[in-house]
Amino acid sequence: MSANGWTTLVVFLPPALLIFTVFVALPMTEAAWYGFFNWNGYGRPEKFVGLKNYQQLFGNATFLRSLVNNGLIIAVSLLVQLPLALGIAMMVAGRIVGAAWFRMIFFLPYILADVAAGLIWRFMFDGGFGLPSLVTGALGIAPYYLLADKTWAFSAVLIVTLWKYFGFHMMLYVAGLQSIDKSLLEAAEMDGASAFQRFWHITLPLLGPMIRLSIFFSVVGALQLFDVIVPLTGGGPFETTNTMVSFLYYFGITRMRVGFGSAVGVVLFIICVTFAFGYRRIFMRDD
Amino acid sequence: MTEASPIAPPLGATLDTPAGDRRPLAGIVLFAALIVIAGAVLAPIAATALNGFKALGDLQTHPFNLPQSWIWANYWDILASVRYWQVLGNSLLIALLTVALTLALSSMAAFAFAHLKFFGDRFLLSYLQLGLLFPLATAILPLFITVRDLGLLDSYLGVVLPQVAFSLAMGVLLLRNAFRQLPAELLDAAMMDGCGYFRYFFFITLPLSGPILSTVAVISFVASWNGYLLPLVVFNSESRYPWTLGLMAYQGQYSTSWQLVLAFITLTILPAILMFLVAQRYIVAGLTAGAVKG
Repeated sequence: MSANGWTTLVVFLPPALLIFTVFVALPMTEAAWYGFFNWNGYGRPEKFVGLKNYQQLFGNATFLRSLVNNGLIIAVSLLVQLPLALGIAMMVAGRIVGAAWFRMIFFLPYILADVAAGLIWRFMFDGGFGLPSLVTGALGIAPYYLLADKTWAFSAVLIVTLWKYFGFHMMLYVAGLQSIDKSLLEAAEMDGASAFQRFWHITLPLLGPMIRLSIFFSVVGALQLFDVIVPLTGGGPFETTNTMVSFLYYFGITRMRVGFGSAVGVVLFIICVTFAFGYRRIFMRDD
Repeated sequence: MTEASPIAPPLGATLDTPAGDRRPLAGIVLFAALIVIAGAVLAPIAATALNGFKALGDLQTHPFNLPQSWIWANYWDILASVRYWQVLGNSLLIALLTVALTLALSSMAAFAFAHLKFFGDRFLLSYLQLGLLFPLATAILPLFITVRDLGLLDSYLGVVLPQVAFSLAMGVLLLRNAFRQLPAELLDAAMMDGCGYFRYFFFITLPLSGPILSTVAVISFVASWNGYLLPLVVFNSESRYPWTLGLMAYQGQYSTSWQLVLAFITLTILPAILMFLVAQRYIVAGLTAGAVKG
């Protein structure tokens, strides 16, 4: 490489590497290290406790509940959000009046901050003001506070994530649908294939890469959900609506239990990396 | 991953489907269904904006009607307050700094990876790509300690630098791929004419990469503008709060007056909505193209 090349390299590369190392790579490595200590964040971590943080974590009912909750978000993303987004994409990818407007409206919640979305829905679910009050008011019964119902409160989180994120996935499918060669569908129709057959044998397979991508983002997004929880439920009632990250926040950060919180981070890291690697290797090889 | 063709076509673009044209009834049913869904999507936002105009009593008795009398003061008082403009200003400053630094650092690194061969280049590239694998939340505690030990707690840079670091992986990946797709003859010819890498970068690569640079800018701007966890951990003083934290603080203070909280929400999400209406093509294209090419 020429001298000019070396100079360029020495000027262009180090700033990015430095920032990345200091604020991404080192903290992640440190999390693995701190996870073995009982430490309040001051001085140096000295109280080595081995795997005790991890033992505590997996014996903690609230943490286990938060794992289940993350799983529920993933399940709803795949079983409800994906078909819904795909169905709506098929409706607005076509030549229907106002298609562009509908796409824009459906995408709108995605650009709002999760915090604002959570707070808006905290109002919508408020038994004294929001949607439940319409029903209870009409029936003349006592107000119902969904967010205080420990059996059903988490369904509120699921509804909000659905409302906020389906438009993004719809937009992926719209892009996928618009890149499908129309002559394929026309030829199939000419040959007498029904609408369902055309969908099942042509559209769906051709959307494969987009569906795999959409599933990837659903899972990764579900694993890191936090901002919605704080304004909507704050993890309550009775700690039934935490996710892994909100658990990390309420039980690690606010109490300055650095070791314990780092252990949560490490578990989340392992889940994310295992998923990302495994999924890409198995499902996205050819994309 | 997928090199999908025009990923976010202009919103006006349409696709021929057999339905609609030939079966008017099906078209009408479809349209009606879309109107219902659109209503359901917009209802919470409309309820938020309208209820912000109410008196508390009105809100309590008729949460889903138009205001009996429009209390403009709910909105005016917030618009006239320092805190509203302060939180928006803080968010804007943080987001602009994040975008500028992300663009600068990732385009330079991407250029080096695209055009220079050196020992360990593949290794360093995969090292940076690690950032795509896990979210900021996983490292938030050690990150807090790093920021604290650097003396950056409660400073804008304490939020900006980690945000930049976490968008570098995405930026470098998208930009490197784009830079490599510029015709190689361009580089050869420029080098022949004695134009060094620096000038090539500033006068050829960057001007030719407008769309992909704006994609990276949109992604990092939206992520920073909507960010919550990192500022929550870094900031103590309310004078530095971005709007997401300011909103939660306001809600904490006026939790018994939903109408004020709703007005505050409306006013703080307004810039994002306006920006979306003005630049929706770029925003949709940026956010989806980034996802697909990443």
